[in-house]
Amino acid sequence: MATTVDLGGAAPSRSLWHRLPMRTKRLVWVWSFLALPIVFYTVIRFYPTVDAFWLSLTNWDLLKPPKFIGLANYQKMFADAQFWKVFRNTFAYLIVGTPVSLLLSFVIAYYLDRVRVMHGLIRALYFLPFLTTAAAMAWVWRWFYQPAPIGVINNFLGTLGIPQQPFIRSVDQALPSIMVTAIWAGLGFQIIIFMAGLRAIPSTYYEAARIDGLGEWAILRKITLPLLKPTTVFLVVFSSIGFLRIFDQVYNMTTNDPGGPLGSTKPLVLLIYQTAFNSYAMGYAAAQTVVLFTILLFVSLLQLWILREKK
Amino acid sequence: MTAATHTTPALPFGGIRPGRIVAWTLLFIGGLIMVTPLAFMFSTSLKTAGQVYDLRLIPLAPTLNNYMVILADGRFMRWFLNSMIVAVTVTVSNVFFDSLVGYTLAKFEFRGRYFIFLAILSTLMIPTEMLVIPWYLMSSKLGWIDSYWGIMFPGMMTAFGTFLMKQFFEGVPNDFLEAARVDGLNEFQIWWKVAMPLVTPALSALAIFTFLGNWTAFFWPLIVTTSKELYTLPVGLSSFAVEQSIQWEMIMTGAALATIPTLLVFLLLQRYIVRGVMLAGLKG
Repeated sequence: MATTVDLGGAAPSRSLWHRLPMRTKRLVWVWSFLALPIVFYTVIRFYPTVDAFWLSLTNWDLLKPPKFIGLANYQKMFADAQFWKVFRNTFAYLIVGTPVSLLLSFVIAYYLDRVRVMHGLIRALYFLPFLTTAAAMAWVWRWFYQPAPIGVINNFLGTLGIPQQPFIRSVDQALPSIMVTAIWAGLGFQIIIFMAGLRAIPSTYYEAARIDGLGEWAILRKITLPLLKPTTVFLVVFSSIGFLRIFDQVYNMTTNDPGGPLGSTKPLVLLIYQTAFNSYAMGYAAAQTVVLFTILLFVSLLQLWILREKK
Repeated sequence: MTAATHTTPALPFGGIRPGRIVAWTLLFIGGLIMVTPLAFMFSTSLKTAGQVYDLRLIPLAPTLNNYMVILADGRFMRWFLNSMIVAVTVTVSNVFFDSLVGYTLAKFEFRGRYFIFLAILSTLMIPTEMLVIPWYLMSSKLGWIDSYWGIMFPGMMTAFGTFLMKQFFEGVPNDFLEAARVDGLNEFQIWWKVAMPLVTPALSALAIFTFLGNWTAFFWPLIVTTSKELYTLPVGLSSFAVEQSIQWEMIMTGAALATIPTLLVFLLLQRYIVRGVMLAGLKG
């Protein structure tokens, strides 16, 4: 396009650079801009990806050099009851956490969008937890869940006359208790995104619907929700990936028995961490990361497929 | 979908109806519940060990003593400093490189452009957890364990940032760049002096996200640091809390110290942050 601008107004120079045609000069600029990033992505992203797949086929333990053992790690993993327990836990976080957090954030965003009185303040209240450090807030929640004289929640239940709950000390309640902290931390972000989605819907649609005499519920079902679909799909995937990768909260809320009690809260990433950095079974841990990768890939492809289908 | 279509639905909420008041009240109570953990954290950080069991939100005799004890300890200052150095460096690197690459991919025609774009985008599919073992191997071979570089290197550039910046640079009119070319600016100057100032909202969104992500990062710093000197604040706090075990007022003070910087940034930049999240959500 602009290749006609030759040497421009530059002083005539005999240097090689100035004699290059404009197009070549631009290409030199392009590849010098991209040189360092290409090295970065190759060495820090692509090579380690390939390496992770390779290591998953070895028995590397940090001491001896890695030896190829075929699919033995995968066979061991799929025969391991602990792996399947962790697998179930991970999906428990996902299957309960994602719908609950999406439903809550949509309802809040839907009503918050219409609030005029103290809108900024209320929005800030919901958004603040998103800015906290998960590892720090895990300890606050851990304190909240303590038994009566210490724990805030059990004290509150006590004043209401409700029996004390064991929360993170019980095999049944620990996982939901930790999930609550993760939902709490992510809610503000989802609300903001839903509100952005709601505001992107042209107001003429609503006006037309009102003229046609549609009630609020019908407008929600026939206009708002269908037009909000891209936002919803994005949030479903974003939230699902977040729950599938949960680690900080679980690690910090169960430090005396990571993933406990009795492994009832242990997610896949914590298992990977322990396999790699407590047991130093690097090859086995790499195989577990490949499983995580496969699950996440599946979720992302599902998103692309759902969004494509309707367009 | 552009973020510019910022129209408020013109719904008739002029009149005050009971339903409105109920909805507002419920929203407000919900908001208060959301900040309850933060309120108790700050409240307890101002209490003495003897007052911890007294769960009133406003301490009877608030004291900054816990903060003094923690800061006098020295380790927290060190962790705080480590986190600051790491988060700021990684943020600067991302703002520079992600926008440089995003700009190149958006504004230059060259063979291999699409391939490079797809290659970078494809790294979004690879979870950090899969890379930590090779990164750890790489770090131990190259002596990066227990170093700032070791903590920082995985995040120096991100596909998310590159993609975000590319989207925004595509909106910059070519005429501006051509005019600068005629004026004799070289390509680097055109990017830095002409294009960059035109995408400041995106840059601030990217900066905020990168800083927040690195300030709160836990998994990789936990793996790559073994000496307490090099812990980042979240990792240091975690080890500190284990050590304190039941001294909740000290743990809450530590947690508050980790939370204060991001809350301060939010209070100062609230408008930009909320807009930034919206921008990133819509573009991403």
